[in-house]
Amino acid sequence: MRPDHLEPAGSSSSPTGDLEEALLSVDVLRAGRIIRESSAASTPISCIETLVVPVLEKIGKDWEEGRVALSQIYMSGRVCEDVIDTMLPAGSPDRMPHPKMAIAVLEDHHTLGKRIVLALLRAGGYEVTDYGSGVTVDGLVESTVRDQVEILLISTLMLPAALRAKEAIARIKEAMPETRVIVGGAPFRFDPDLWRESGADAVGHSASDTLAAVRAMTEAA
Amino acid sequence: MTREMTSAERTAATMGFEEPDRVPLFLSFTTYGAKELGLSIREYFSRPEYVAAGQVRLLAKFGGDCVSSFCYAASEIEAWGGETIFRDDGPPNAGRPPVRSPGDIESLEVPLIEESPSLLFGLRTIELLKQEVGDDVPIMGTVLSPFSLPILQLGFDAYIELLYGEPDLFRRLMTKNEEFCVRWANAQLEAGAAAISYADPLASPDMVPTDLYRRTGFVVAKRTIARIRGGVATGLASARALPVIDDLAGTGTIGVGVSALDDLAEVKRRCAGRLTVIGNLNAIEMRRWTPAQAEAEVKKTIAAAGPGGGFVLSDNHGEIPWQVPEDVLFAISAAVRKWGNYPLDWVSP
Repeated sequence: MRPDHLEPAGSSSSPTGDLEEALLSVDVLRAGRIIRESSAASTPISCIETLVVPVLEKIGKDWEEGRVALSQIYMSGRVCEDVIDTMLPAGSPDRMPHPKMAIAVLEDHHTLGKRIVLALLRAGGYEVTDYGSGVTVDGLVESTVRDQVEILLISTLMLPAALRAKEAIARIKEAMPETRVIVGGAPFRFDPDLWRESGADAVGHSASDTLAAVRAMTEAA
Repeated sequence: MTREMTSAERTAATMGFEEPDRVPLFLSFTTYGAKELGLSIREYFSRPEYVAAGQVRLLAKFGGDCVSSFCYAASEIEAWGGETIFRDDGPPNAGRPPVRSPGDIESLEVPLIEESPSLLFGLRTIELLKQEVGDDVPIMGTVLSPFSLPILQLGFDAYIELLYGEPDLFRRLMTKNEEFCVRWANAQLEAGAAAISYADPLASPDMVPTDLYRRTGFVVAKRTIARIRGGVATGLASARALPVIDDLAGTGTIGVGVSALDDLAEVKRRCAGRLTVIGNLNAIEMRRWTPAQAEAEVKKTIAAAGPGGGFVLSDNHGEIPWQVPEDVLFAISAAVRKWGNYPLDWVSP
């Protein structure tokens, strides 16, 4: 049931439009029903690829353009993640094969950005190891090398942490040149050149950007 | 020849929507004072005397028009039982949220200022600043808004889920946070602060949908600001303000901090005669500006928002990063004195 302080959703006519509307109005029951119906009519993977990911990507893009709020992206990702996890549990053989991925919040304890990206990637059928928040440069390098991570996502909130990503990335690339790194967070939005300075392979200005970068790297692998 | 205005007179004139002698410059220094005093950030924030000395020295060095008692956001959450994590090159961070579960909200006690060392630290800093600058320079106090404080109280993700899913608990939390915010703001005003910066990033449509804000944070801000016995300016911590300018004006605030992502000229047009515009130099990019770029950015910003008063030149977040070179800050200060003298005859109407 939707809380009484939220706007009721309007009407839409396509499954993607319906799902987008349900997610933006945080109508959990309706979103779950739309996803399950789509999955039953095809397969969970097909549902993810043709319905869930496109809708989440659109919501992310709308945030970049100021039409959607961060809270809506977060709730959309969480709702989809929960439904997909039920339909396609972690480790399921039906999940898409993909490179080994991990995510960390570097030297910061603000976890929302990481949480949003994790939800989106998991809703998109990817499995991602979560290294948590407040991760140091030494800790990140050690974990990444130990786990032989192929795609690493580094989330930051404050400028000093974004600058520290440069050292982490240099050390990771030295040990494992083939590892691809995607950085994200507010400092990279406010300084469009900062991600190149950090030595990353890509930047995710939004969670959907990050998902697109992961898909591009996965397809190229 | 007309006497040069004091910083307080300059700021008051512009906030009254009149053109002062020049555009006021608010340089938001927090950790930068540690660099100036040659102290570690942790050491700098260990004594109000250091913070006051840092503010006064930076005021003299870079020629700004305000001082601030604000140290770091986590100092407020310390009063609620939270922890602060220091680092050597930037603002201290809030550690694990003190409210571990929404169920803890019921038993959460509103902190008393007289029993909160971090808040007493802030009040003592204001008193020391007042002794130094008297009435010539405005002293800015700061509060985290009741609506945005739970980002640190519960963690951002848990708070969003509360906001959407637990309206009753949300309202109970707001009641407690409002009480705290009003007490804390008024204590700072009584200690000598000229005005209060009301940090409310969640008011931005970048953060929560505007319709939800209107039912929640807007109502909270309106109630809270009405009980604060002094001027309140709202800052959104780099998040966009333009789509909610009318809403912000309705909260009773008298100024708004503007994002580098906002269209400053349009914000100014929408604010005219209602809200003073504060901003919007990009404090992240500032780290690698040249002095010439800094001057160009100041000139562009003044051209967009300076005419007619109602404008304070500042950064877009409320924090000059530790990494910004001094020559950039000197260039900003020189540029406001070169391009910010009223009347702004060089600006095309």
